Amino acid sequence: MSALAHVAGDPAVDPAAPAPETRKRSWTAYLLLLPGVLWLGVFFLLPLVQLAAVSLQSRYPGFPGYYYSDVNFSNYAAALTDYAPHFARSFVYAGLATLFAFLISYPLAYAMAFKAGRWRNLMLICVIAPFFTSFILRTFAWSQILADEGWVVGVLSFLHLLPGGSIINTPVAVVAGLTYNFLPFMVLPIYASLERADPRVIEAGGDLYANGITTFRTVTLPMSMPGVLAGTLLTFIPAAGDFVNMELLGPQRGKMVGNVINDQFLAVPGGYPVAAALSFTLMTAILVMVFLYVRRFGTEELV
Amino acid sequence: MSPGAAAVLAGMGPRLSRRALLGTGAAAATTLALAGCAPPEPPTGGAPELKLPEDLSDSEKVLKWANWTAYLDVNEKSGKYPTLEGFMKQTGIEVTYSEDIEDNDSYFAKVGPQLRAGQSIDRDIITMTDWMSARIIREQLCQPLELAQMPNVVSNLLQPLKDVPFDPGRNYSVTWQSGFAGIGYNKDKVGRELKTLDDLWAEDLKGRVVVLSEYRDTAALVMQSQGVDITSGWGKAEFENAIELIEQKIEDGYIRKVKGNSYLEDLTSGNALAGITWSGDIFILAYDTGDPSWTFAIPESGGTLWSDNMMVPITSTHRSNAQQLMDYYYDPAVAAEVAAYVNYVCPVEGAQAEMEKIDPELAKSPWIFPTAEFIADKNIQSFRALEPDEDIEYADLWSSRVMGN
Repeated sequence: MSALAHVAGDPAVDPAAPAPETRKRSWTAYLLLLPGVLWLGVFFLLPLVQLAAVSLQSRYPGFPGYYYSDVNFSNYAAALTDYAPHFARSFVYAGLATLFAFLISYPLAYAMAFKAGRWRNLMLICVIAPFFTSFILRTFAWSQILADEGWVVGVLSFLHLLPGGSIINTPVAVVAGLTYNFLPFMVLPIYASLERADPRVIEAGGDLYANGITTFRTVTLPMSMPGVLAGTLLTFIPAAGDFVNMELLGPQRGKMVGNVINDQFLAVPGGYPVAAALSFTLMTAILVMVFLYVRRFGTEELV
Repeated sequence: MSPGAAAVLAGMGPRLSRRALLGTGAAAATTLALAGCAPPEPPTGGAPELKLPEDLSDSEKVLKWANWTAYLDVNEKSGKYPTLEGFMKQTGIEVTYSEDIEDNDSYFAKVGPQLRAGQSIDRDIITMTDWMSARIIREQLCQPLELAQMPNVVSNLLQPLKDVPFDPGRNYSVTWQSGFAGIGYNKDKVGRELKTLDDLWAEDLKGRVVVLSEYRDTAALVMQSQGVDITSGWGKAEFENAIELIEQKIEDGYIRKVKGNSYLEDLTSGNALAGITWSGDIFILAYDTGDPSWTFAIPESGGTLWSDNMMVPITSTHRSNAQQLMDYYYDPAVAAEVAAYVNYVCPVEGAQAEMEKIDPELAKSPWIFPTAEFIADKNIQSFRALEPDEDIEYADLWSSRVMGN
């Protein structure tokens, strides 16, 4: 990658750049970091500690909704044993959604970066436009569009393409919903990294007698890897923890872990500790997966 | 629940709040990281002093009311609530009405911690079902009401509702409406009458049935169909039998969704044709969709009767406004107007006579003005009150095996 960056004349890695004035600069840097660090400390770290504490609490016997401080690891045992299938389902659905989002996004981002010409801005606006409406409303709209008596199901049933007779309340609808909802998070980073790519590098592939496919495989795709990596992470991580799509589009059986957390928090009197343990486990699992993924596919530019 | 336990629970409310415990959690976690500890002694002792916020009703002519979907007369065209407009005109109090409540559990799980911490929930009236009202009163999270300020309520509340077990003498809650849980279905689309609960589990209805997320309705109806007397004398075994059947029906694809009040959307969109539903909702659905084939029936094995109650949250500063509204809705003419729209059981004495003037047909409806014979004849019962421990255990079972799996 860095070799390519040199060819492209990326100023960030220009060896001729002057060495930074270390002392004074670093002071300013810390000062500039302060708001961010404070923000993370108050709104991320503190709640995290709080969540960890709650995840170890015990229910007050006989008093619904009350807890006492404890070191109760059985919450984690419950999270891991009772809800293992939910974790698995979350990761499979999120993985599928990420894959589909990638398959849809790459050609789209490619077209936007290289082929769109004067339509580029309009296409960008179209990708971003859904953000102007609430996430829940859009998902709810899908539940109407895909309803049993809606036209989508009507057409598909007429063509005998729908053996089950419905789309809504199936895992297919959930994965479709996740793909749809997180698509912009995949398109934009890929577009950004493709758009930055120097077309001359790609032309050079042709000059060196590589055909279109080989050029794409060895030049274009590697150049867009930072965007692909960012896109997959931005899609997979929220999709794995999502519960709205399952709630509005999914079946009654076969929930995702986000729904279990929601239920434990809201529907079970005294479910807070298990919900907290589930949240923590989910977070850890995602961190581990992301770590392995980035180690395997990561590029210097991103990490 | 034994009176002793009730006293204990009443005593603990303000002292040991969930929020307070959570708040100390972070600090406690560090000290407790080294050693686990046994459950502390549950708090006991005399009645605590109830701290009421100052009532600002005189200076602030506003009122915010949280209610359920399809639970107040509404003008479809203007989106306004005629009886509520009448109240605002009469008193000058600006009422904000919101359909906040999807089901008891999820609503209380949201506002409960705030109320325990003494924070405002930005609502002056909340409408909760009997068993949840019992819990809220027990935890002292609602304000005592001044019956002297509500002459209509005192004189017109139906006799059987004046002395409910969870609020003897009605010092904390006033009935909004009562209703039945039974089978709701579209007779034309189903193509036949559904008479028993088992009729819901038919091949041609597979995947087109929704049931309520309130287990005191859904599990209760199933238990009744299994021959259990839900008013008393049953335990975990009977409850688990019912869960097993519901679980099986979900597994086999008969039940499509288990939902709160939003089950109405599934019936409207055509995803579901039948289900375990609340009585008034189905009559409103028939009216709204202009499709009179929407039918409500009590299964042959029986149905349930419940009430929802208006209460003033402990942190509301508009108690007096809230009482004015409660009193207004106990004017028989107003009550009849609401009942003519919502079609739930009207708790107001004299509303039946007023209904004669609006719609003589409805005045005869047993769904709005049921007689004792009707209740007995249809085997309509109320779910027995649960001990706090059972409450947790059953909610757990329900949540893990029916709601999410």
